[in-house]
Amino acid sequence: MREMAWIIPILPFAASMTLLFFGAALKRRLGEGVAWIGVAGIAATLPFSLGVLYELVTGAPAYHASIPWAPVGQRVLDIGYQVDALTAVMLAMVSVVATCIMVFSVGYMHGDDGYQRFFAYMSLFCAAMFLLVLAANFIVLYVAWELVGLCSYLLIGFWFHKPEAANAAKKAFITTRIGDLFFALGIFLIWRYAPSLSFEEAFRAAAAGAMTASVAGLAALLLFGGAVGKSAQFPLHVWLPDAMEGPTPVSALIHAATMVAAGVYMVARLSPLYWASLHEGVISGIPALTFVAGIGLITALLAAFIGLTQNDIKRVLAYSTISQLGYMMCGLGMGVIGFAAGVFHLITHAFFKALLFLGSGSVMHAMHDELDMWKMGGLGRRMPVTYWTFWAGTLALAGIFPFAGFFSKDEIIAAAYHMGHEEGRWIYFLGLEAGAFLTALYMGRLCFNVFSGQPRTETAEHAHESPPVMLWPLRILAFFAIILGWVGSPWVANNLFHHFLTETAPAIKEVHVGFNPAVAALSTAMALGGLLLAAAMYRWHVLSPDVLKRPLWAFYVASKRKCWFDELYTYTVVGATVLGARLAAKFDLAVIDGLVNLVGWGTRVIVAQVIRWFDLIVVDGAVNLAALATGWVGEAYSRLQTGRAQDYVTGLAVFAATLAAAAAIAVIWAELGFPLPWPW
Amino acid sequence: MAEGMPILSLMVFAPLVGMIIVLLLDRERHVTAIRWVAAVASGVSFLLSLYALVPYRLDASGMQLEEKYPWIPALNVTYHLGVDGLSMPLVILTTLLTFLSVVYSFRITERVKEYMAFFLLLETGMLGVFCALDFFLFYVFWEVSLVPMYFIIGIWGGPRREYAAIKFFIYTLVGSLAMLLAILAVYFSSEPRTFDMVELIRQQPVAGVTLKTALIFWGFFLGFAIKVPMWPFHTWLPDAHVEAPTAGSVILAGILLKMGTYGFVRVSLPLMPEASAHYSFIIAIVALISIIYGALCAMGQSDIKKLIAYSSVNHMGYVMLGVAAACAIASGSDAQLRDLLTSRATALNGAVLQMVNHGIITGALFFLVGVIYDRAHLRDIDAFGGLARIMPVYAAVMITSCMASLGLPGLAGFVSEFMVFLGSFPLYKLIVALGVIGVVITAAFFLWMIQRVFLGPTNPKWQALEDMDAGELFATVPLVALMVAIGLYPMPVLRVINAAVVPLVEKLAQHAEVTAEVLRRFLG
Repeated sequence: MREMAWIIPILPFAASMTLLFFGAALKRRLGEGVAWIGVAGIAATLPFSLGVLYELVTGAPAYHASIPWAPVGQRVLDIGYQVDALTAVMLAMVSVVATCIMVFSVGYMHGDDGYQRFFAYMSLFCAAMFLLVLAANFIVLYVAWELVGLCSYLLIGFWFHKPEAANAAKKAFITTRIGDLFFALGIFLIWRYAPSLSFEEAFRAAAAGAMTASVAGLAALLLFGGAVGKSAQFPLHVWLPDAMEGPTPVSALIHAATMVAAGVYMVARLSPLYWASLHEGVISGIPALTFVAGIGLITALLAAFIGLTQNDIKRVLAYSTISQLGYMMCGLGMGVIGFAAGVFHLITHAFFKALLFLGSGSVMHAMHDELDMWKMGGLGRRMPVTYWTFWAGTLALAGIFPFAGFFSKDEIIAAAYHMGHEEGRWIYFLGLEAGAFLTALYMGRLCFNVFSGQPRTETAEHAHESPPVMLWPLRILAFFAIILGWVGSPWVANNLFHHFLTETAPAIKEVHVGFNPAVAALSTAMALGGLLLAAAMYRWHVLSPDVLKRPLWAFYVASKRKCWFDELYTYTVVGATVLGARLAAKFDLAVIDGLVNLVGWGTRVIVAQVIRWFDLIVVDGAVNLAALATGWVGEAYSRLQTGRAQDYVTGLAVFAATLAAAAAIAVIWAELGFPLPWPW
Repeated sequence: MAEGMPILSLMVFAPLVGMIIVLLLDRERHVTAIRWVAAVASGVSFLLSLYALVPYRLDASGMQLEEKYPWIPALNVTYHLGVDGLSMPLVILTTLLTFLSVVYSFRITERVKEYMAFFLLLETGMLGVFCALDFFLFYVFWEVSLVPMYFIIGIWGGPRREYAAIKFFIYTLVGSLAMLLAILAVYFSSEPRTFDMVELIRQQPVAGVTLKTALIFWGFFLGFAIKVPMWPFHTWLPDAHVEAPTAGSVILAGILLKMGTYGFVRVSLPLMPEASAHYSFIIAIVALISIIYGALCAMGQSDIKKLIAYSSVNHMGYVMLGVAAACAIASGSDAQLRDLLTSRATALNGAVLQMVNHGIITGALFFLVGVIYDRAHLRDIDAFGGLARIMPVYAAVMITSCMASLGLPGLAGFVSEFMVFLGSFPLYKLIVALGVIGVVITAAFFLWMIQRVFLGPTNPKWQALEDMDAGELFATVPLVALMVAIGLYPMPVLRVINAAVVPLVEKLAQHAEVTAEVLRRFLG
């Protein structure tokens, strides 16, 4: 099965091309049944993805294959794919989640103008995402990395006639491309010192010292720049909330479960590079890994903080995603002890966040695309399946035992505790615990406002449950959100996930932080505290939000205004670039082209003057001279006509001597090595 | 067909034969015949260029399909044609783009006879430049390609056509005069006197870095840099591109610009390797300025055609960066130099491939601008909006081409840009680090343009615009297919290019290392 893994991206790609080129024709014949082509393309990957996972779990070794792609001098750049534990869990996750989301979309996108176009793009995205996790070298990784970005662009701007959607799509593409600029430089740096573009060779070079720790560290940090863009980490997180302009299944698949996790996946995939530079400062003595952990922590807290006050339910979930991605980064940034935890959280988060987004999609479906949570209320009774599945996702996200998020988030926090305990760096532990509280608080606020109490609008009053095609994906994802954590629990093969993932990396196997009941208890208390506070304010109404809002007024405004990042970037980076472009265009026209025209004009004027003078003095002069000369010559000639033979001979001799002298000069000239004005 | 058939001569002169036939036809009565003669002539040339691949050995270095006859024996001028991995891809690009342009130009109704005659003459000139291996012949073809373009812009161009045509002509002529002087200087330095490029490269008459070599180097530089065009010699380009008729812009951007970069690779690098190494840093800096400055200027435009014209300045900057990296001065241990040799080859492969890719992509983009201009008689970016709804096929083709141009992986532009940067980085770290900013700006201005033209609410004024017709699709779809093919699997093209690049960079590397050694001693 591992040898067949290359077929996994091909299947959705084929579906995508079919829909792209024949979608309109097929839609005329099949109606909306055309969507099942897309669903089939993804569902067909399930046996392969799960088969690969099964093979590896039962002990098959990793697999790697490559073909030549571009010759460079005496060498060749290869492209190839690999299947190991990390790839296998990602493949399985993407297959399952994407299939659920595609089925959901069949119902959700019903009646949309671009029905088949939507499924074409979604299938294309899946193909690119599979390619990304299969990549065995930097070329394939980079290609897939940009292709998922393209699909994200196309799908955010799916309703391109809305200016907000068109804007958000452009913003997403360009912001992530700023990160990719660093990503590309990281690849170039590895090429300089490895010198190869395969992961394997790069790791070997870093281990063997061909690439020094400081170079590896710099490369790792530059590559992390790409992850900051793709995974919407501070300070490039600004595109993700706007990306919610896309259809909700897009948000679920791309901007929650898979693509935004690609940055985390990339750091995990390249972790040997990060570990090789563990003790080597890159900028002011800080190692690359510390940047990863630090940025992750800042992002986790900042996004959770902003998420507290947003009213748009999808934006709350978007900030939640950013925050959780920060958790994952933070986990990976703690080095070998947090590696498995970070990846585990990536996997569980994909399931429960996809569930939450689809749940919000179901709510929007019922509410006629209303997103403001204050216009909802009381939806729980009207939409029971959406209600309980959404709560399952919420509890998983908040980290309540025994839901999936409890185990994965707890593993990260346990690693942070370990770091505090061993190295005295308690900031991660404290920060992540605080984050757990904020997470539960904003999710509680969201759930209670949407589902509990009385309907606050007419639309909410008449909301009704979504059709089965949308509910079954919710049930399946909820099932995973509830039980998936157990594969990473101390009670199943003493953390099955950890052991499977680290099978191939002996360095990690030795340090297993393990389950820490005290830490788990504290995290659970934080989460319950957040939920209780939310319930007190929004469910039981025993505590007015104003009680908190008034003393924390400055914080409230900062959170509401998303900490002014958009304004900051608009007036600095964007403004400067646009201004620079306008100035460059003006400069080009006025100065450089002006100079060219000036030279042209100057030459014309000067040449004209010169010619005028030449004409006046030389040419006209010559004419006058000729007239005069004719007179003289006539006179002289009359004297020449002496009739004496001697005079004629003398004339001939002078002419011959002149010719001879000229020839002699030419010969000497040539002998001296000067070029002749004529070549023969 | 017979062994020893002069394929290259047939290919170069097939359009000229077509031109003669066109000239014999009546301008009023035979308009259709004129069009078809032109299409057949350029089509035959295209087929011959493909047929040339049959005897062509893909992995061989050195000249192939050579034809050499004495021409002016007194001056030792020969009629010498030949192709290698540097010219073969450009030859096929030329025949393809010209054929597509001629077919696209069926919609021209004004003075068809002259138009087609000029176009065919232009093709002979361009093919001659890429095939000529004798400087005399090279120069003749170089000038032959200049004149028809002057008339194409001047007669069938936009409102400011006369200014643009004259500017284009005189600017390029200044460059070619500098080149002519350089050619004569090389000729008079050779022993025995010859114009033959292969022989001159073997002789190395202007080796080393003397005042004379420097003058010759900069003479060639001026000739080529104006054609590329490199900053600050680029201002003829936006005028000429904007004023030229659609097919003229396609050929101008697709082929004529490549004559400049081709000149660097064919002439400057192998003929003056030390001088190239010596001045490589200056070229790299100018290339960097072209990249950033071109991208910023493109962003500042409000005319779609001008935007694409400036994006050419940016994209040709990548080519020149790769060229500069190939001959960059470097020193180090043997192992490091070996790695750098691979990087030089990567950069130069990327540069040559970028010439081809830019031809394909920008050619397609200019066709596509023509599509909208023919319908709306406007090219103002802000005049449109929401066109994706009215013209979905057009939007798809245009957006794909823009994506290829901004270097989206999976499409052709990415492969060459990536290889240029990858190969240049070990030699010019800071310049590459700054150069990649150009990639972000490129993405920004293309997406901004797409947003303003195709996305957003539909402008009711354009409700009646029709989508692309068959002729327009015929001209653009093959180019889009090539973008995808080269983007996914560039091996076939790169294999040919690499065969010619390997011996060239080995030679360049030697000289670059010698130059590094000299500089090191000189500096102390």
